[in-house]
Parts: sequence; structure tokens; C-alpha cells
Amino acid sequence: MELRGKRVIAIGEREGVQGPSLKLLAESAGAEVVFSVTQCFV
Amino acid sequence: MDLDDQANVNRLAETMGAEDMIVLLGQPDPNSTALFAETVTRGDPTWAGPLAGVPLGLPVYHILEPDVKAQIDPALYEEHVGLMELSADVGEIVKEVRRYRG
Repeated sequence: MELRGKRVIAIGEREGVQGPSLKLLAESAGAEVVFSVTQCFV
Repeated sequence: MDLDDQANVNRLAETMGAEDMIVLLGQPDPNSTALFAETVTRGDPTWAGPLAGVPLGLPVYHILEPDVKAQIDPALYEEHVGLMELSADVGEIVKEVRRYRG
């Protein structure tokens, strides 16, 4: 799978990698992030 | 997954179409990875949210997967993922997310 050119839904987690970080990382690889969020898994 | 976010993901998949769309996860353990991966592929396993019974079938990946990591700037990756990569059970997380990718 190549991230470049993909539309990405980024679902992060408070205790893991958070949504804004996933967005930044995916965009750095050439993807378009259409939605990002940080969940709290309990 | 939060019910509002399930609705958002469902709306995006419906309005934008699933072509070239993927889900990227950042969960820190295999159990939460499996729950979120299942929700965006087969539907909400808790049957509580808008994705209950809605198998979106979106390709789902995890930020800890080697093939994903290889595409990201190493310095940025270290800054945002490095700490979790050290403590997480990467092998089990990757196994779970791949299970839902079919």
C-alpha cells in the first residue's frame, strides 16, 4: 500500500498515537487526510 | 468507537466513496486495534453506533506496520511514534490489523 495519493481517515488514541500526529505523518508521506480524531479506549 | 465519529466515518465513505480511501490507526495495544479495525471493516461489534451492521470494508492499516513506517520521514516518525513503538507489542498489533484487512 502506498500512502501517496490516498485519502486517509486517521483514528488515533489518547494513550497511543493521537489523531493530529497521524495526520501529520500521513501527510508527510503524500496522503490527503480527510478526517482525523483521537479516541479514548476504555 | 465514539458514536459521532462512527457517523462521520460512515458519511465520508458514503459521500466520497471508498476508492483510494484507507483508515490509519494509532492504537497502543492489540485489543483496541482489533476493535477499531473491526468497526471500519465489518461494522461496530458493540452494536451501539451508526456502523452497527454496516460493513464498510475500508482497508485498515496501523502506524506501527513496517510498510507504513517505511514511507514516513524517519525524524517525524521517531518524534510521534518512537515512544509507543518501544513499549507496544508491535507483532500482535500488526497481526490484528492484518486480520481485518482480509
